[in-house]
Amino acid sequence: MAAKLVKVDDIPGTYPYDGKLAIKGYALNKMCYSFNDAANRAEFVRDEDAYCAKFGLNAEQRDAIRKRDVLALLAAGGNVYYLAKFAGIFGLGVQDIGAQQTGMTLEAFKAKLKAAGN
Amino acid sequence: MARIVGGICTSHIPAIGNAIARGLQNDPYWQPFFQSYPPVREWLERVKPDVAVMVYNDHGLNFFLDKMPTFAIGAAAEYQNADEGWGLPTLPPYPGDPALSWHIIEQLVNEEFDITSCQEMRVDHAFTVPIALLWPGTQRRVRTVPVAVNTVQHPLPTPNRCFRLGQALGRAIGSYPEDLRVVVLGTGGLSHQLDGERAGFINKDFDLECLEKIVNDPEALTKYTIHDLVRLAGTQGVELIMWLVMRGALSTRVRQVHRHYHIPVSNTAAGLLLLENAA
Repeated sequence: MAAKLVKVDDIPGTYPYDGKLAIKGYALNKMCYSFNDAANRAEFVRDEDAYCAKFGLNAEQRDAIRKRDVLALLAAGGNVYYLAKFAGIFGLGVQDIGAQQTGMTLEAFKAKLKAAGN
Repeated sequence: MARIVGGICTSHIPAIGNAIARGLQNDPYWQPFFQSYPPVREWLERVKPDVAVMVYNDHGLNFFLDKMPTFAIGAAAEYQNADEGWGLPTLPPYPGDPALSWHIIEQLVNEEFDITSCQEMRVDHAFTVPIALLWPGTQRRVRTVPVAVNTVQHPLPTPNRCFRLGQALGRAIGSYPEDLRVVVLGTGGLSHQLDGERAGFINKDFDLECLEKIVNDPEALTKYTIHDLVRLAGTQGVELIMWLVMRGALSTRVRQVHRHYHIPVSNTAAGLLLLENAA
């Protein structure tokens, strides 16, 4: 029996990364993928506008990058694995971006995770 | 003939690598996690595998969305890690076993699994962290065969498909003519979610159910869809499919040698399992 295709609308706050998002976010993710290399991260830091223009980000993506807004980056087609490399430029880890997306302080987000073990 | 000496599942959270680099194994936050590994390391020292088949998922280091293989197998003489965008230390290369890699690729394709073969393949934390945990320091000269499963972009392979891949992988290893001791690793999991407003989601009840069933009733886990796993284990909790590949490679009946579960490591419920084929 064939498995059901992924639906994106019935798990709150959850966006399985499918072809539709992959089309939308291609330029943004390509830029973030480039951050695997330190030289590219340095180039982004030197001139963010020029670096975003080089990858052809659209206005929504450029704005979300400017605001360092993870939910907006996801909505603009960003894939969390590539976005993690963008966050890395600012020394932010998955707990920092978790706190930002949930609107919690980092301490409250960490406490929530710890409580999940009780 | 090559022989599978056992299977290991372990989480592969990048923060573990940082904790090792900073010597935090006895830190109060980390101690409950690290204290579960010595029994598995002792088992490895006793069994001395020649090769580790590493079933893991790439997190955007080796593969971009331009080409996203569902199943990719490394066939290189060595594999290099990278800083992954976070300044991780670049380590000496990990030795491969190209002859065994090609045997596995040939056998799997012959069994109608469509494999992408890779003669160049950078390996990320999902490969390097388990090796650092299990073969610390200079002992990591075990040869490796990387098996990468796509979890970056849906559609992902179904849990059932991954279990069947594991079964074919087990047959492929068992038909290799060289006398080798092979350990199969499935890395990742357990429940966690990094993205969206549900970030930080952990499901202890489901993880404990998976830890039970992966040992004695893995077929039950193959009934889930990927969408079920996203709902029950989180967007990244789908990494359970790596565990199912590992389990498929072992025999129908297995013996649990070691098991541990700890919440949290970073955003993740960490699991560890060591299985041997039952006599």
